[in-house]
Amino acid sequence: MSGSNTGPVVGERKLGGYLLSALAWFVGFLFFFPVFWMVLSGFKTEADANGPPKLFFEPTTEQFAEVTNDTTGLLSAGEAFSNSFWAVAISTVLVMLLAIPAAYALSIKPVDKWRDVLFFFISTKFLPIVAAILPLWIIARELNLLNTRLILIILYTAMNLPLAVWMLRSFFSEVPRELIEAAQIDGTNLRGQITSVILPIVAPGLAATALLCVIFAWNEFFLAVQLNPIEGSTVPIWVTGNVSTRGNFLAKLSAASTLATLPVIIAGWLAQKRMIRGLAMGAIK
Amino acid sequence: MTAATSNAPSREEQVKALQKREARRRRLPLLPALIFTILITQIPFVMSLYYSFTDWTVTPPSPRTWTGISNYTDAFTNSFFREAAVTSIVMTVSSVLLSVILGTGVALLLDRKFFGQGFVRTLIITPFLVMPVVAGLVWKNQMFSAAFGVINWLLEAVGLEAVEFASKYPRWSIVAVLVWQWTPFMMLIILAGLQGQPASVLEAAKVDGATPRATFFQITLPHLRPYLELGVLLGSIYLIQVFDHIVVMTGGGPGSTNVPYFVNQRSIGGGWRFGSASAFSILVVIATIFIATFGLRVLSGLLEGEEP
Repeated sequence: MSGSNTGPVVGERKLGGYLLSALAWFVGFLFFFPVFWMVLSGFKTEADANGPPKLFFEPTTEQFAEVTNDTTGLLSAGEAFSNSFWAVAISTVLVMLLAIPAAYALSIKPVDKWRDVLFFFISTKFLPIVAAILPLWIIARELNLLNTRLILIILYTAMNLPLAVWMLRSFFSEVPRELIEAAQIDGTNLRGQITSVILPIVAPGLAATALLCVIFAWNEFFLAVQLNPIEGSTVPIWVTGNVSTRGNFLAKLSAASTLATLPVIIAGWLAQKRMIRGLAMGAIK
Repeated sequence: MTAATSNAPSREEQVKALQKREARRRRLPLLPALIFTILITQIPFVMSLYYSFTDWTVTPPSPRTWTGISNYTDAFTNSFFREAAVTSIVMTVSSVLLSVILGTGVALLLDRKFFGQGFVRTLIITPFLVMPVVAGLVWKNQMFSAAFGVINWLLEAVGLEAVEFASKYPRWSIVAVLVWQWTPFMMLIILAGLQGQPASVLEAAKVDGATPRATFFQITLPHLRPYLELGVLLGSIYLIQVFDHIVVMTGGGPGSTNVPYFVNQRSIGGGWRFGSASAFSILVVIATIFIATFGLRVLSGLLEGEEP
């Protein structure tokens, strides 16, 4: 391969390139297939879903209607989605309100031991949640917070805060120091510096961070099932409620799973590039 | 900044006072997040630590008597706990390693210009975004199932016998789903590393006549090291805590009860033996601290030399 430009080698290389591209496409479809199959099965009748795998069938939205209207279970779709929505939305807002000033104090105007502080935040993610769940359950019971949205809001905020601080710090430290200094010299006050210099640069990073918090909170199951098994239950618990021991449930389960995952999948698709930059590049840069 | 009064003591003192005030002012925006985190994460941990030295059970209610380290010594003789610990280790290590290796392979595939590159990357990251309970349920019922599963349908198509994967190989079925979900995450981190490679170095290697294999092992892999370490670290932190997949796929069936699931069974999940369950969870913390000290070293290596 040593830099030769003769015909056959180039041809071979081209063929190899096509094969690699084809392989990449194949791997892509392989990874996506279970999700595709889930969405597809949501449009099947139970008879079609509970049989040998079928790619072609008469699609129906019957299952979607049924899972969203079903109120025979403990938890209706409406309740689950509204509980999830509020727990996720409020906790994400709280995370950002706490994390933005903290990240500022760890990057642009850093406190003395900013590294140690950052490590402390990250180290709380090293503590397995199981080690805290019993006391949390006891505290929640004492404070009458079991089966409320509030307990999930508090815990989702705590769960996502370290990650948000970590990501935001990396976005903030990308703001060119000279820009801030220039603004200072021009006599711009702190508020002006933040709104006219820093925020426009970090805005996409803020959005990506918030989105990652939304994803983790939306998908969270462990805390929800431990602390809110009855009321205040969220979407992941509603999904598992569609597993039935009597009768066929695969099509219904697929429809419910599709409704539960689609919002987050689409959000993730839109933010993929920035999300990874915040997670990886910020750490290594 | 504009504190230049004419009759201030000495310039030096003035600077010092300013610095002190500045340090305090800098700390202020940090405090809400810091205090909140300390309250929510450290209090429960200290309580767990305390319970772990008692024999407290909730049902039947028992007085909380101090039993010293007996819960810990019990843990080591408890064969169920030992089994759960082994499961935790095997599941975490194998799923992290497999997803890092696969993730590297996929990242290398995607680090070339080809038609539909962005689209293929979007397809591949999707599993990471899927809600864990949904991932578990879809795989169990629609991929692994002996009756209606796609994999078994393929196996039968080539003349093999169908296998009820989730009940026959509970542990490895879960690992498979974890790898499916975490390979995309590893791929994204490693892809970021690959794309951060200085083009000039790769160009120089090419000019010097290095084979692609040599280039990969001698230039690319060393460059990827911090990214691989970051992937392993983040992956281990999350995967040691796996719970959702076990609940929906095997319900802790043979060989698939890890320590978090075991702790849950012993306490809120029905056992209600908070004392011994706490001791088990503290042991998980100790294990995680081992990973974390290694991990923190990696992270500090990453941050070293960086001026904020």
